Amino acid sequence: MISTPDYIHDIRADFPILQTKIHNKPLVYFDNAATTQKPKIVIDRIRDYYENENANIHRGVHHLSQVATQDYENARSRIQKYIGAAKSEEIIFTKGTTDGINLVASSFGALLKEGDEILISAMEHHSNIVPWQLLADSKKLQLKVIPIHKDGTLIMDAFDQLLSEKTKLVSITHISNTLGTINPIESIISKSHAVGAKVLIDGAQSIQHGDIDVSSLNCDFFVFSGHKIFGPTGIGVLYGKEKLLEEMPPYQGGGDMIKNVSFEKTTFNELPFKFEAGTPNIIGGIALGTAIEYIESIDRKSAFDYEKTLLEYAEKELLKIEDVQVFGNSSEKTSLVSFNVGSIHPFDLGTLLDKQGIAVRTGHHCTQPLMDFYNIPGTIRASFSIYNTVEEVDLFLDALRRAITVLS
Amino acid sequence: MSTFKEKQASIIADFEVFDDWMDKYELIIELGKEIEGIIPAKRNDRQLIEGCQSRVWLDSSFSDSVMNFSADSDAIITKGIIALLIKVFNGEKPETIIKEELFFIKEIGLQEHLSPTRANGLLGMVKRMKMDALKHV
Ligand SMILES: Cc1ncc(COP(=O)(O)O)c(C=O)c1O
Repeated sequence: MISTPDYIHDIRADFPILQTKIHNKPLVYFDNAATTQKPKIVIDRIRDYYENENANIHRGVHHLSQVATQDYENARSRIQKYIGAAKSEEIIFTKGTTDGINLVASSFGALLKEGDEILISAMEHHSNIVPWQLLADSKKLQLKVIPIHKDGTLIMDAFDQLLSEKTKLVSITHISNTLGTINPIESIISKSHAVGAKVLIDGAQSIQHGDIDVSSLNCDFFVFSGHKIFGPTGIGVLYGKEKLLEEMPPYQGGGDMIKNVSFEKTTFNELPFKFEAGTPNIIGGIALGTAIEYIESIDRKSAFDYEKTLLEYAEKELLKIEDVQVFGNSSEKTSLVSFNVGSIHPFDLGTLLDKQGIAVRTGHHCTQPLMDFYNIPGTIRASFSIYNTVEEVDLFLDALRRAITVLS
Repeated sequence: MSTFKEKQASIIADFEVFDDWMDKYELIIELGKEIEGIIPAKRNDRQLIEGCQSRVWLDSSFSDSVMNFSADSDAIITKGIIALLIKVFNGEKPETIIKEELFFIKEIGLQEHLSPTRANGLLGMVKRMKMDALKHV
């Protein structure tokens, strides 16, 4: 038997929503791959900003504007250090992962020519598929897909074969949001660089499960969403190597991103502002900084290790239930488990779990090509975070057994 | 023959006896298992209403001045709710289907299944039932 360590109970106490009841049952929140809950200091920061600091940034000489600007830029520096970027100019605030990928597709895409190739994988989220399809269509590029094995790992031989001098960008997820697979991105990055291709890492899932160091990874772009790392929605980050960002044309035009505007010629602001047109999500950026501050304040090494223990326990117990089939059996896996039970529709199980207070995700998880690969309509996905307990896993398993009985 | 309103009232009464959600859903699942539906071999793309979570097939006919529907889903809870909707709509005049209020879903607390975000195909199914009825007024 494993038990929940005290430091996890302490972390849990920082998240007010976890005390909520759903249909009169204690909430068991296992939808952390979709979005994480927010610690009290993040919530307080948002309130405090609007009560005491609200002003527009980068524009005013007045006191409040200067304070807000300073806080926003401090958040940028904190994020820069947390992910190991060399300079804060390399940290572009975006709306989220999707927005970051679209920015790269548009601005890096502008540098590509007919016949150039982009490589993605069969386990990508729709937001790392569709922007490339749109780009490929409009610029006559080739979009190629690295296939996967049944166990949910990439077929690396196929990757080696698809990669060539024609490949200009490899855009791949660090961790699959549906299977939990942790991809061998170090090797993907070095092999891609060897043929002159750039690499974008979709860090939407990996940002909440371990330390990221973009400098030692040596990736060219890294994108993530604030809401998946205990921060607010509507804010995210694109990290890009300075030299590349300099070469890329701006994404959107407007205020903040310009140096000088005249009807004859407009000159653009320097990095990172060149890619941040208009009034940004100021409090989003500041509160994301607070979320990072929170993670830095806890013993995250132990917490991330504990998440793995929780996954192992959940998977072991889940597999004791008759007809459970787990999708994603990589030896390198993060703390989520995707499964089906016999021929029961995932929607039915999800609905009955919800009525028992268990929040899981059901469906295709925005990875329809992956569902087609396994020939299933969807899965049930339980995804864990640092505040989940062993007792919650047991509640989930009891609720699941009850749902299966009702549905059989 | 009970009216559109009476049929709905009787469903509400069936559900009122339960206060536990799981019991309500057990009844829905029972109903889903009981109705005939449309066997997979007889389904076609024209009947299909694609939801994000579950899929629904709907077939309608008009004779003796009333509408009749049969429908199916790949998810049993969706199919159970379909069974309720069909019970209410079948044998009704097109005018009734278009004009009269459908209130039992909300009354028994299942409105989440008919919300646009739920995307289980049910909202699309009710819309299509009304559209089909509209062809016969
Ligand atoms: C792997 C992956 N990529 C991209 C996204 C999209 O993130 P967002 O919706 O925050 O832009 C998600 C979120 O579900 C994800 O899990």
